[in-house]
Amino acid sequence: MSTFLGMPVHAPRGVGHLRGDESFPAAARTALADSQLRRNLQHATTTIRGKSGRVIAELPDWQELRAAGSALKAHTMAHLPELLEQLEEKVTAAGGVVHWAADANEANQIVTDLVRATGSSRVIKVKSMATQEIGLNEALEAAGITPVETDLAELIVQLGNDKPSHILVPAIHRNRSEIREIFLRAMPGVDPSLTDDPPVLAGAARRYLRETFLSTTVAVSGANFAIADTGTLAVVESEGNGRMCLTLPETLITVMGIEKLVPTWQDLEVFLQLLPRASTGERMNPYTSMWTGVTPGDGPQNFHLVLLDNGRTAVLADEVGRQALHCIRCSACLNVCPVYERTGGHAYGSVYPGPIGAVLSPQLTGVEDNASLPYASSLCGACFDACPVKIDIPSILVHLRNQAPHPRTEAAVMAAAAYTMDHPRLYASAQRAAKLSRIAGRRGRGLPPPLNGWTASRDLPAPPPETFRDWWRNR
Amino acid sequence: MRIALFVTCLADTMFPAAAKATVLLLERLGHEVVFPPEQTCCGQMHINTGYQKDALPLVKRHVQTFERFDVVVAPSGSCVGSVRHQHAMVAGDDTKLAARASAVASRTYELSELLIDVLGVEDVGAYYPHRVTYHPTCHSLRVLRVGDKPERLLRNVRGLDLVELPAAEQCCGFGGTFSVKNADTSTAMLADKMRHVLDTGADVCTAGDASCLMHIGGGLSRLRTGVRTVHLAEILASTEA
Repeated sequence: MSTFLGMPVHAPRGVGHLRGDESFPAAARTALADSQLRRNLQHATTTIRGKSGRVIAELPDWQELRAAGSALKAHTMAHLPELLEQLEEKVTAAGGVVHWAADANEANQIVTDLVRATGSSRVIKVKSMATQEIGLNEALEAAGITPVETDLAELIVQLGNDKPSHILVPAIHRNRSEIREIFLRAMPGVDPSLTDDPPVLAGAARRYLRETFLSTTVAVSGANFAIADTGTLAVVESEGNGRMCLTLPETLITVMGIEKLVPTWQDLEVFLQLLPRASTGERMNPYTSMWTGVTPGDGPQNFHLVLLDNGRTAVLADEVGRQALHCIRCSACLNVCPVYERTGGHAYGSVYPGPIGAVLSPQLTGVEDNASLPYASSLCGACFDACPVKIDIPSILVHLRNQAPHPRTEAAVMAAAAYTMDHPRLYASAQRAAKLSRIAGRRGRGLPPPLNGWTASRDLPAPPPETFRDWWRNR
Repeated sequence: MRIALFVTCLADTMFPAAAKATVLLLERLGHEVVFPPEQTCCGQMHINTGYQKDALPLVKRHVQTFERFDVVVAPSGSCVGSVRHQHAMVAGDDTKLAARASAVASRTYELSELLIDVLGVEDVGAYYPHRVTYHPTCHSLRVLRVGDKPERLLRNVRGLDLVELPAAEQCCGFGGTFSVKNADTSTAMLADKMRHVLDTGADVCTAGDASCLMHIGGGLSRLRTGVRTVHLAEILASTEA
């Protein structure tokens, strides 16, 4: 383990949303039993996959774009310290204030203090993974400040006292009748005759949010990109709520993971082609907001940038695992993942679900705190193919499994198996023993734990009369 | 051509028919097959479950066993995938072993790759009068990138009615120890795969990997569907006479 500049290596316990209450298999069991959830997820992921696949197929240079995105991110990670300092210098020169947060607690404290200094007791929020990761809403509420999520799906999650289950579509697990019930129960001033017609639901949210946009003086956002050589921040969204939050308030506070950098303005040409097609399946992103520090007389007149580590330098120190920091939060890996499609996002216990979550969360927290996540994959490789920046998720999963704490019995069985397989005569007699003893009684049913999960739904094949090597010797 | 058979521990122990079929097919095509008996397991299960240290002797054994051969074939996309993409990594700091592992990997082929890329044959002269659907298996498809090679071989089999499997590229849910550690999720994935197989109306589901077939076949058997799983090698080895 390495320590960087005195910063904590991993995201601290007891704050934020990177750790679940249960292991993945236990949480997945609950999700799998919910047939409505499985139906919602299958419908949603199949729709997004299809749409994204069609618009990606339109680009003849998609593979070159992926390679460019991957190379730009690898370059950025290799020069992160210099680029971050450059960003700080440019943002400061443009009238912004840069804060460095070693972990979730520091970031929450910085943001809370900044909001308090404005005298506002309410903030409007642009959908942001970083602030979900650190549990900023809970920290603000504890300080008597009301955070209002303005992204429609994030608002549904917030009003429902729920947790997001997808990076891009946080309420993917809810259907419209559930959303109507949540609005009726929790949205101030909602029309009691609300129906579950999607435009009617969107209209109710719009009326509620418009009032909030106009009367709130502080906004909190995340950032999709930060450009080191200009000090420009970028937020990419599709509802226009972000544009409202980023332009109307007097004070804007942006919380950004230190890996969100790109070196130059021109690099965005690659990412702004990759991101919308891989995520929402759109050709061009609808609302792309960019700002550089403070512009007198235009937009927020106070701008604070909080640069968040929270375990990221520990990820950066791992040569194999650091690719996880290349992620641009598009969700393509979730949408193609056969595991995510069946279990949904809550089973992962972290704000980062799906394949990218299975490699990112354990690295941010330390693998012992998320030991079941690297195993929440069949290693089918669909995520690697779908990733617009070519993160080799299966290889990172295998790498993390090698670091994960192993159950003692399993470790003993594995060691014994390896020993046997390294001794061909022992191996051959083990083959014969397996054939004779038939631990499975009736046609492959009823294996002892932990193998009973297999025989609960599948027969084992009948053992053959002779092994291949017996046949070969006797032919 | 002299071809070494890397049988894989699973085919050797549980599915010898697939391995025998590989031998008989290659011999029918006029090649010599040798079986180095000191081979055991490529170590993929250990590597993918997080036991790279335990896998190291198995990787060494595999390299020692097969480095004297010019061409190695296995009836498994997954095991060839491990040899090609993981063995050098497991060797780690032992750069000599890593180089030897890479050399062996560069001469190791999955069956459909060997037939089409090395031996240059698409019609192996097989006869198999059944309605068949092909599951492409994740590691053949996305690790080895065998593409449509298995289907090209199947289309040339006399009497065979090849029906397309819906959502074919989706994982069947096996994933080695994944099917034990995450048995419920694995079963949910298997349920969809079986539904798609049954939708085709095929009598036989085939693939290039005994492991995925063991999983799909285990489910189809439990449900008493009557649909059989048969390894690609067995279909290609079948003849009229």
